[in-house]
Amino acid sequence: MSLEKIKKVSGRSVYVPGNDIDTDRIIPARFMKCVTFDGLGEYLFYDVRKDSEGNDKEHPLNEPRFFGASVLISNANFGCGSSREHAPQALYRYGFRAVIAESFAEIFFGNCCALGMPCVLATQESIKALTEIINAAPKTEVSIDVVNSEVCAGDLKFPVEIPVGAKEALTNGRWDPIAELQEAEDSIDDLVIQLGYLKKS
Amino acid sequence: MAKNLFQKVWDAHAVRDLSNGQTQLLIGTHLIHEVTSPQAFGMLRDLGVKVKYPERTFATVDHIVPTDQREQPFSDPLADAMIKELAKNAEEFGITYFDLSTGKQGIVHVVGPEQGITQPGTTIACGDSHTATHGAFGAIAFGIGTTQVRDVLATQTIALGKLKVRRVNVEGSLRPGVYAKDVALHIITLLGAKGGIGYAYEYGGSLFDSFSMEERMTVCNMAIEGGARCGYVNPDQKTFDYLKGRPYAPSDNEWESAVDGWKSIASDPDCEYDDIVNIRAEDIAPTVTWGVSPDQGFSIEGKVPDPMEQTDENERLSIQEAIDYMKLESGQPIKGTKIDVAFLGSCTNGRLSDFREVAKYLKGHKVSPDVKAIAVPGSQIVDAMAKQEGLDKIFSDAGFEWRAAGCSMCLAMNPDKLIGEQLCASSSNRNFKGRQGSPTGRTILMSPVMVAAAAVCGEVSDAREIFQFDAG
Ligand code: SF4
Repeated sequence: MSLEKIKKVSGRSVYVPGNDIDTDRIIPARFMKCVTFDGLGEYLFYDVRKDSEGNDKEHPLNEPRFFGASVLISNANFGCGSSREHAPQALYRYGFRAVIAESFAEIFFGNCCALGMPCVLATQESIKALTEIINAAPKTEVSIDVVNSEVCAGDLKFPVEIPVGAKEALTNGRWDPIAELQEAEDSIDDLVIQLGYLKKS
Repeated sequence: MAKNLFQKVWDAHAVRDLSNGQTQLLIGTHLIHEVTSPQAFGMLRDLGVKVKYPERTFATVDHIVPTDQREQPFSDPLADAMIKELAKNAEEFGITYFDLSTGKQGIVHVVGPEQGITQPGTTIACGDSHTATHGAFGAIAFGIGTTQVRDVLATQTIALGKLKVRRVNVEGSLRPGVYAKDVALHIITLLGAKGGIGYAYEYGGSLFDSFSMEERMTVCNMAIEGGARCGYVNPDQKTFDYLKGRPYAPSDNEWESAVDGWKSIASDPDCEYDDIVNIRAEDIAPTVTWGVSPDQGFSIEGKVPDPMEQTDENERLSIQEAIDYMKLESGQPIKGTKIDVAFLGSCTNGRLSDFREVAKYLKGHKVSPDVKAIAVPGSQIVDAMAKQEGLDKIFSDAGFEWRAAGCSMCLAMNPDKLIGEQLCASSSNRNFKGRQGSPTGRTILMSPVMVAAAAVCGEVSDAREIFQFDAG
């Protein structure tokens, strides 16, 4: 299986401020009643974006100047809470291809990586500087250099942290691990028996 | 070299190093439920592969299944479709499925231990973040995403980066009216919702030694709310006694050697940890949350914080946002906050011991007429045992609705939901915005006995003042 090597992601961005934005907020549980992930994009951030009648509320994603953004910016502990992959799937299907935040919850981070959607960590100051630019000039192209762990937006340039495992996986086109996991078939068979999970047949 | 349990289990289950530096880890036991598995089976079909070891995956329904009306088809066609999908997948791939007709259905994290599927020294994965619950048995148990559910189905392994281990030591004994749930909430408020990122938590110390398996499960369950990927307690005699004779536990002639193996995987006395936190059990109070993140909590004596006292700007915004959402005022004591709903249940506090403990105090009291109160057993077995002891009757006499097993009002995927801005005193584990079904619904997390006190008074209350607590 050959996957795209994700070395750089660029596009317009939008800032959704807040610490601890949890996956229930990203995709409310009631929209998880589905047997496929198709169509989840529509419900991204639904309860903070829409009122009870389904009309738009004040939210960055509802502002026309941020329409078409593909890089999401947020603060600390983004994606905490439930392990639902519906959250990264909703982001992806809405059109996001990368997230910049101060930190990420681990399961969320791994789920995003497995979709080929980089999550990169920036300092609070960098995020502040970046969002000032974006809010003043929403058309600014934000570009994430995964190889060199760097983000550029207009004149602003700052380093970001990308955990080495994720970086390797993304840049080498191995972000979906299934093929590599399948290679080890024989060792798995041995270990399952050695550890007593299955009896030798 | 001396090792802790996490290191031993990890090393034993490491298949190999992957090219991205992660480890390919064998998952001994895989648990699935109706919400996060259908897409994984879909991906499996797309790949054209089979489930590698169907014997090592166990399924049940919990998230979506209604807890009042149990006749199929369920009134919600989407729910009905998802449950049928799980039944179909289990059938097609030969997976053991504890469905409603088995009498063994329940919340996946209640069912695993109850069936003896959860065992020390094993690795367990489930497409659900509260999988850490199983760590109470000295298992390394991870919540995983749907793509990883696919990976486990297809290969019985996942790719994972190794975690650091933080020992959370709690010494001493709890004051009367303080419970395992308070310990869980206390640890989270102390270390923060992000404090555990990158860590596995090893819970230990004399308090955990004295804890029952149920109490250990309650604390491990909420490791994830503290940011930790998993949490565990070293296995001991209590662990073995709990497992003995359960359907999937080792049989009598394998028992001795199984126990020997389990003993050997406990952390070595002189092992090292990446971090150690010490807590005194006496310092823990009945704890409640006031905000929209599980670390926004304090003692029942607490007053809602003032955002202006925060120096960090993001922190100030978070507090303000939480106060606005919760419709509370800075400086207001949390005690006395009016509630609309009381929820007893969930994988944190929906086990027999929880209902027994509440029943002790609830007897002779009545739920306030303004409160809707529901008690939801974590599994059909908990339900049956509670009924055998007449607990259901104590609850219904007091004005609680006694329901059938499921996740119920812990999350919003079944008919049990908050309406509008209702405020719920809840024994569950998450107080996120909208978590309990209404986009403006509000949640205050607390121990089951505190939920009962709130139900009786119609407001957040100190159970120690409402019920007669003997000092012992
Ligand atoms: S009870 Fe709540 S937290 Fe536990 S598995 Fe069900 S939905 Fe998740």
